[in-house]
Amino acid sequence: MLATLQPPRTLSRFPLYLTSRPVTLCTLTAQSPPSTSPPSQPPHSQILSIRHSLLTRQVTAAQLAESHLSRLRLTEPHLKSFLHVSDSDAVLRQAALLDQRIASGEEVGPLAGVVVGVKDNICTADMPSTGGSRVLEGYRPAYDATAVRKIKELGGIVVGKTNLDEFGMGSTTEASAFQVTANPWDVSRVPGGSSGGSAAAVSARQCVVSLGSDTGGSVRQPASFCGVVGLKPTYGRVSRYGLMAYASSLDVIGCFGSSVADTGILLHAISGHDRLDATSSKREVPDFASQFASINLLESKPLKGLRVGVIRETLDEGVDTGVISAIRGAASHLEELGCSVTEISLPSFSLGLPAYYILASSESSSNLSRYDGVRYGNQAVADELNSLYGDSRAKGFGPEVKMRILMGTYGLSAGYYDAYYKRAQQVRTIIRKSFKTALDENDILISPAAPSAAYKIGEKIDDPLAMYAGDIMTVNVNLAGLPALVLPCGFVEGGTAGLPVGLQMIGAAFDEEKLLKVGHIFEQTLQNCRFVPPLIEDDAAW
Amino acid sequence: MMASTIFRGIQNHPLLLYQTALFRRKNGVFYCTMKSTETQTATQEKQKPQIKNPPRTQTKTSDKFSKDYEAVIGIETHVQLNTLTKAFCGCPYNYGSPPNTSVCPICMGLPGALPVLNSKVIELAVKVGLALNSKLSLNSKFDRKQYFYPDLPKGYQISQFDVPIASGGYIDLDLPVEFGGGHRRFGITRVHMEEDAGKLLHSENESYSQVDLNRAGVPLLEIVSEPDMRTGIEAAEYAAELQRLVRYLGVSNGNMQEGSLRCDVNVSIRPIGQAQFGTKVEIKNLNSFSSVSRAIDFEISRQVLLHSQGQGDQITQETRLWEEGAQKTVTMRKKEGLADYRYFPEPDLPGVILTKEYVNSIRDSLPELPEVKRRRYEKMGLSMQDVLFLANDVNVAEFFDATIAKGADVKLAANWIMGDIAAYMKNEKLTINEIKLIPQELAELIASIKGGTISGKIGKEILFELLAKGGTVKGLIKEKDLVQIVDPMEIEKIVDKVLSENPKQLEQYRGGKTKLQGYFAGQVMKLSKGKANPGLLNKILLEKLNAQS
Repeated sequence: MLATLQPPRTLSRFPLYLTSRPVTLCTLTAQSPPSTSPPSQPPHSQILSIRHSLLTRQVTAAQLAESHLSRLRLTEPHLKSFLHVSDSDAVLRQAALLDQRIASGEEVGPLAGVVVGVKDNICTADMPSTGGSRVLEGYRPAYDATAVRKIKELGGIVVGKTNLDEFGMGSTTEASAFQVTANPWDVSRVPGGSSGGSAAAVSARQCVVSLGSDTGGSVRQPASFCGVVGLKPTYGRVSRYGLMAYASSLDVIGCFGSSVADTGILLHAISGHDRLDATSSKREVPDFASQFASINLLESKPLKGLRVGVIRETLDEGVDTGVISAIRGAASHLEELGCSVTEISLPSFSLGLPAYYILASSESSSNLSRYDGVRYGNQAVADELNSLYGDSRAKGFGPEVKMRILMGTYGLSAGYYDAYYKRAQQVRTIIRKSFKTALDENDILISPAAPSAAYKIGEKIDDPLAMYAGDIMTVNVNLAGLPALVLPCGFVEGGTAGLPVGLQMIGAAFDEEKLLKVGHIFEQTLQNCRFVPPLIEDDAAW
Repeated sequence: MMASTIFRGIQNHPLLLYQTALFRRKNGVFYCTMKSTETQTATQEKQKPQIKNPPRTQTKTSDKFSKDYEAVIGIETHVQLNTLTKAFCGCPYNYGSPPNTSVCPICMGLPGALPVLNSKVIELAVKVGLALNSKLSLNSKFDRKQYFYPDLPKGYQISQFDVPIASGGYIDLDLPVEFGGGHRRFGITRVHMEEDAGKLLHSENESYSQVDLNRAGVPLLEIVSEPDMRTGIEAAEYAAELQRLVRYLGVSNGNMQEGSLRCDVNVSIRPIGQAQFGTKVEIKNLNSFSSVSRAIDFEISRQVLLHSQGQGDQITQETRLWEEGAQKTVTMRKKEGLADYRYFPEPDLPGVILTKEYVNSIRDSLPELPEVKRRRYEKMGLSMQDVLFLANDVNVAEFFDATIAKGADVKLAANWIMGDIAAYMKNEKLTINEIKLIPQELAELIASIKGGTISGKIGKEILFELLAKGGTVKGLIKEKDLVQIVDPMEIEKIVDKVLSENPKQLEQYRGGKTKLQGYFAGQVMKLSKGKANPGLLNKILLEKLNAQS
């Protein structure tokens, strides 16, 4: 099925330098892309191209794996995207096994030979899974998360575990207990978070696609910072089994790719009901891949009639002007494609941030109780029970996690529950309703994915409120449980080559299909923007 | 795996030194666990409430004052549901399995694991809710109750807080005749679903403790009574009736020794006539109905004594432990204000939604419950003693019902079951389901005696044969040639024979020593191998003895 779609013409996993397509205006913003940049070709699906090359025997899975591993080894010292890299022998063995099966004419899954990075708060059997926390240092789960199991069953190869803010709590990876990941566009900047490792790894092509998790924007904001595509599915679309819970009612596993098609294919692979997750939906999973029509087949106004609402509150004060103009440019681009774009208002939008921080902290204070040092992970030496708990947790958790546990414990305490947790739930209901209304009147809503492009490492580390405010664009979507796709749409000034800006498209519940379709057409028709970070720009030979 | 985790260097808290009990603090729920190594061979029969009279260990002083006070008693009962698998994962639970052999990522609370509700738990909870005449919540939910303890792997217990699956209701019972009898109705406050915790095993020298998570995640129902009981006996009978109910419903084995049914009681006293409740004390470690009764009576006396000595203020809200050996309650911990469990709705589980159709289908499937059975037996003309005996054990009741369904005489069936059959079961340590006798044959046996085919004496012999080896009444009668002799001619022959062989006795009889009739009857019976119809025998014998020769 997948192989029949848009068979790529070459093996290259990088944009090819072909002539640009005469479809629409380009979406340039504050800064033009580097003048040295050759005319750009829209991103194509690496997954489809890998499949094509494997099935036509142009390349072996072992070669593909080897090339990713060597790229990974080369770039990792600059980026530190991974907390754990799989043993290369094991990776190559899996690849060789696939090659044997291909050679003997056996069917291989749609992810055969696809090298996947997995965020370290997603459990992988017999591989370290720390959640970025000291409390789980050295912990190796007994089982694979459902999403990981599905990827493996479909032929994907897990190449390592990516860095994150401890248990997903943060926006930069600076809250990781182990290391800070650098942004491939400018290694002095953060990659975003909490799935910063997964975003940086895809951006730097250390892996083809990666899994992240998104509780308040942890897939979308780093996708924006790193210039890759990030997809936050509808709550319940993907099983959470094996995802270390941060805030259970908000957490979803999401996908990173260098093209919309890749994130869609990955989403298709991991979606569906799981009897191990009572909150996973029994809805049928549509064949997202059928959305990825070749741009040659597109009409002149391929999105004619699509109603797009620009959320006014997201282009307000406090948002970088470069970001605003990138989003306005993206809106014009959508108009060029035939959409009818209007500005809409979500009056409850600003309520999302406080409600999110109360609910997420409350749930996390409960979810993190299991890290008590009794059964697994780090156990403090203590001579009585309360010290065992106290010391294990004091030494195991970082300051950000402790702060959220404290806030959450407070919010759930007798006498405060009504004022905080309960009220936040009421706000959540209001937000859900206002999104519902807006999405009844519009097919998709758009906004920036973050108020700014990637900032410097250390810039906001002492100002948690400023850091939290950065989540304003994304948290509402989690509160409403909706799907959202972030894809690069332009640049702002910064670094040596500019910094990418992500466009967030929000869809109705379980309508990822529409987001992927619109995103794919947007991406394929966007001109003069090439989202390959300078770190690997010279490395086009592979 | 990480089975059998040892806590390195945890010293037991001084409060935890009571050796026969493992317990958890903070939770407010004390899971009494017998230290008992004795394996569970007891039959249900054996566990029928055998409440002894409370020992008179208290001082005369308290007796003198006790008539001025009344006790107010409420009970929280935890019933372990006998689902095939745990509440939120696929692990089976078998009492007594080696530690940590029935565990998985979910019930061990491993990172990333999620609970999924076993729908059987809902079914059993609805059954109990209906049987307790409670109002079911068609829309309930699970909540997290949060506290830290090593036997609680997730750091929270999945429970129900503000919307229990059932609320209100009552339970009816009849007090045993030996305690004065009488019918009682006690209110039920609520019934909710929750998961059990694991167990801690403390080392001999108490230098470390180990966690066994086999029990973690086993489904429980917590049943909370209204403070309607006034005496230890009432409380024990309430617990016994709950046990009966869950056994009738087939939702739990209700076994107190295994901890499948656990009672925590709250006791306070107040001067008679006062509406306001006194300060309540919670008692834990009650491993039998008789300990429920005795612990409460002890506690009432203790509190009455304090009151009568003007030290009523020394009764503080606390948790006390029943010490079986010393037959007294001792302070376990003082309440340090109200514990804050920070309940909030469990986000990993969808709401529990019941449809009316579902509830009705369960209502229709309910068996006859103890109270209805007792009233039916009563109407059949059985004495309350018999009623209570027969209805006590669902299996005995079913045996009895099946026997009378085969046409057996009600009173005779009751007598056989309560008499020889019960004695046999007791001697052989068997339950009624383990004996070889089936209800149909008991009915046959009763009919055979009533119809005169066999004598009562032979009936007894056959009964023990049937109990031990099975078979049919007809088969045994035929096999052993036990058919009663009802032919007067035949009996007459035997009588004649006996009379002629005992001329001396005959002479004495006719000389006025009429007591010898029994001797002759015995001889005739002996000669007939017990088969002679006693009525006929006596009639003929008497005629012959008194005939003028």
